[in-house]
Amino acid sequence: MNHTSRTLSRRRLLASAAALPILAASAADGRSLSGTVPWSPFAGEPPRPVNPLGWYFFTPGEAATIEAIVERFIPGDHLSPSGKDCGCAIYIDRQLAGSFGQASRLYTQGPFLPGLSTQGYQGDLTPAGRYRLGLRALSDYTNTSYKKDFRALTAEQQDEVLAGLDGGKIKLKLKPGFSTKEFFELMLQNTMEGFFADPLYGGNKGMASWKMIGFPGARYDYRDHIDKHNQPYPHGPVSIYGQA
Amino acid sequence: MARLLPKKDVVIIGLGWTGAILAQQLTDAGLNVVAIERGPWRDTPTDFNVAYVQDELRYAVRKDLFLQPSVEAMTMRNNPGQTALPMRDYGSFLPGHGVGGAGVHWNGHTWRFWDGDFQIKTHLTQRYGAAKIKTLQLQDWGVTWNEIESSFDQFEYLCGISGKAGNIKGQTQAGGNPFESPRSREYPTPPMKMSYAPTLFAQTVKEMGYHPFPTPSANLSQAYVNPLGVRMGQCTYCGFCERFACGNYSKASAQTTILPVLMKKPNFEARTECEVLKVNLTPDGKMAKSVTYIDANGAEFEQPGDMVLLCAYGLMNVRMMLLSRIGKQYDPATAAGTVGRNYCYQTSAGARMFFEGKRFNPFIGAGTLGQSMDDFNGDAFDHSKLDFVGGAGINCVVTNGRPIGNRPTMPGSPRWGAKWKQATVDGYQNAMGFSAQGSSYPVRENYLDLDPTYKDRHGRPLLRVTFDFPDNDIAMSHHISDQMEMMTKPFNAKYAAVSRLKKGWDAVPYQSTHNTGGAIMGSDPKTSAVNKYLQSWDVPNVFVVGASAFAHNAGLNPTGTVGALAHWAAEAITTKYIKSPGALVPA
Repeated sequence: MNHTSRTLSRRRLLASAAALPILAASAADGRSLSGTVPWSPFAGEPPRPVNPLGWYFFTPGEAATIEAIVERFIPGDHLSPSGKDCGCAIYIDRQLAGSFGQASRLYTQGPFLPGLSTQGYQGDLTPAGRYRLGLRALSDYTNTSYKKDFRALTAEQQDEVLAGLDGGKIKLKLKPGFSTKEFFELMLQNTMEGFFADPLYGGNKGMASWKMIGFPGARYDYRDHIDKHNQPYPHGPVSIYGQA
Repeated sequence: MARLLPKKDVVIIGLGWTGAILAQQLTDAGLNVVAIERGPWRDTPTDFNVAYVQDELRYAVRKDLFLQPSVEAMTMRNNPGQTALPMRDYGSFLPGHGVGGAGVHWNGHTWRFWDGDFQIKTHLTQRYGAAKIKTLQLQDWGVTWNEIESSFDQFEYLCGISGKAGNIKGQTQAGGNPFESPRSREYPTPPMKMSYAPTLFAQTVKEMGYHPFPTPSANLSQAYVNPLGVRMGQCTYCGFCERFACGNYSKASAQTTILPVLMKKPNFEARTECEVLKVNLTPDGKMAKSVTYIDANGAEFEQPGDMVLLCAYGLMNVRMMLLSRIGKQYDPATAAGTVGRNYCYQTSAGARMFFEGKRFNPFIGAGTLGQSMDDFNGDAFDHSKLDFVGGAGINCVVTNGRPIGNRPTMPGSPRWGAKWKQATVDGYQNAMGFSAQGSSYPVRENYLDLDPTYKDRHGRPLLRVTFDFPDNDIAMSHHISDQMEMMTKPFNAKYAAVSRLKKGWDAVPYQSTHNTGGAIMGSDPKTSAVNKYLQSWDVPNVFVVGASAFAHNAGLNPTGTVGALAHWAAEAITTKYIKSPGALVPA
């Protein structure tokens, strides 16, 4: 996530609360609040827009492959620019470089045992680790089958490979607990996240996806349109950082 | 060594809906109360900032406000013969975290269970005979409708619920839910305005002879000042409600209804970012004397108190009882023991329809913007010729059109590529649906206990959830799906389909954060963990408040009944327990 961490924010809160007489004498670390509704300035955690330059997680080769993949998932046409041009690869890179990539919020203690389909992902790889392994295995597959890296294939060949991953015809050499299908679903999910998220995360440049479907974005008040049934909403999208 | 702190009258574990309600009532009665909350302080102007709260990725996808599995996970399996594994990410349900709890990011559907629910075994046995329910572990709750109606009323007026009564003191009211149990007065505020899809739903099913009404909503139709003097604002239909906190003060939560008053009281203290590890009992195990908690820096403290109230999320209440040895673990092999008994969930199905040339504007939404019908819910219809009991509320609620999670395409469309894009554009304005929220009835082998293998960050065992949909509930759900299929016909949609529930509860896709039971209320200490006042049978200075007390789950969202139980328990404590501490019901 691209916003200040809970820890930093908490320390700032503690620092500001320590100056106030409301802090009870018995206060442990953690906060003791009594006698007033606590408020301190700058307690919020606004998101930080990603810097669109360079790669934080992917190697140049991996980056080129991911750019090719998001280009096939979301090809450019009259409806929107392509996933690559909208920044979906940048989005995925920044997510993998952050807490999502490290699985820092998930339960990552062992033992790691094979699970039932109803029990969800049970592997020991973080999302970042899954991308690293999956992209290497994809490269091995295309170099064996086509004698080329994925990014050097024609668009038709790329679609053929992606359809093979999606439909189960291609099995990459991954590891127990992490299937080819799971790798495909992870890439597809993250690509769509980037394309449809607020542009501050890097993957929805110019609010392209929101314009494509008619989602008004970060608007927060539709009282003037709630009872205008079956009528087009007259305003275009806005983003959190005020693009319109 | 834990540092010993000065004693309080009351120690509350968890400052969400129930903790805030009890703290408010008990401080009014003059008691010194401390609420110990694992998560952070959260409030509207600082944490639910209108400048950036409308962030789907952060709040709905990465679940920023929810309990993170790194803090506390649970393990799950579908039956006692399987090995439970940890839910490494929460999916099927999403517990809350921090001040306000799940009440910060709920949808706001505010229902009352029926009078018949509180005496469900008696009622169904009288109507259909004992054989009808022999596969189920249904039991009466120990409290009656007439006793608890005023507690529902208190909670609804605290929140300012927007709705239309269907039955006031036995008199049917036009426009409301004719199947509801009698209420003492009208809702505090009128229903919300309706967008296109729920309006179309209500018109269509009404013509079929059903009885639609506005879903009772904690997203308020107009400004409201509650009995504590706290002012709430009008809902703006922003479409960032469930999974989000409200930036408009228009969704009822502890923050928008109680905390502005409670926090100013000198006899109340909130201690946040402090996690209770266990409740400490006297050597004979018959009284709670204190709680041990760990603060954000890892230091341990012991907080003594005359009473301890477990007010965490229902599942965590059960885990705290097991970790603290309050009551005896339920055993599915013998059905002996009470803690962990009658864990229930929710039994859901959905109808999806696609049209051409419509403008549903799904982004105009709110957590409870919708129309409901109870014609097939609970025992509103005759089950004598059916092979199940229970039912489902059918709801057409437009919560949002946020596009990462909500961009329906016609079935058969590809999921990526140029044709996917066109299908996404075509589907976004042309899809509408309605859903069935079905009852979940207890069976012997669905239960909660401590996991033998997996531990939390402090080395304590995780809670283990053993659950699958009982045959009764599958049969109920399929019957409801049949009704929904017929209901889709008059819409003349280009495409319509209704889902059918299968065995094998799946922990991954989101279904419902309506986990109930495990510390159920009742009149028999052999089959219930708490008495009718939510007081532990085993440790009478402990009360366990939340959906953990539900002896079964109805086809209705639980928060209205949770709020009523919190008021009911608070009244018992302030009018009975304080005067004469001890067991309020002889065991």
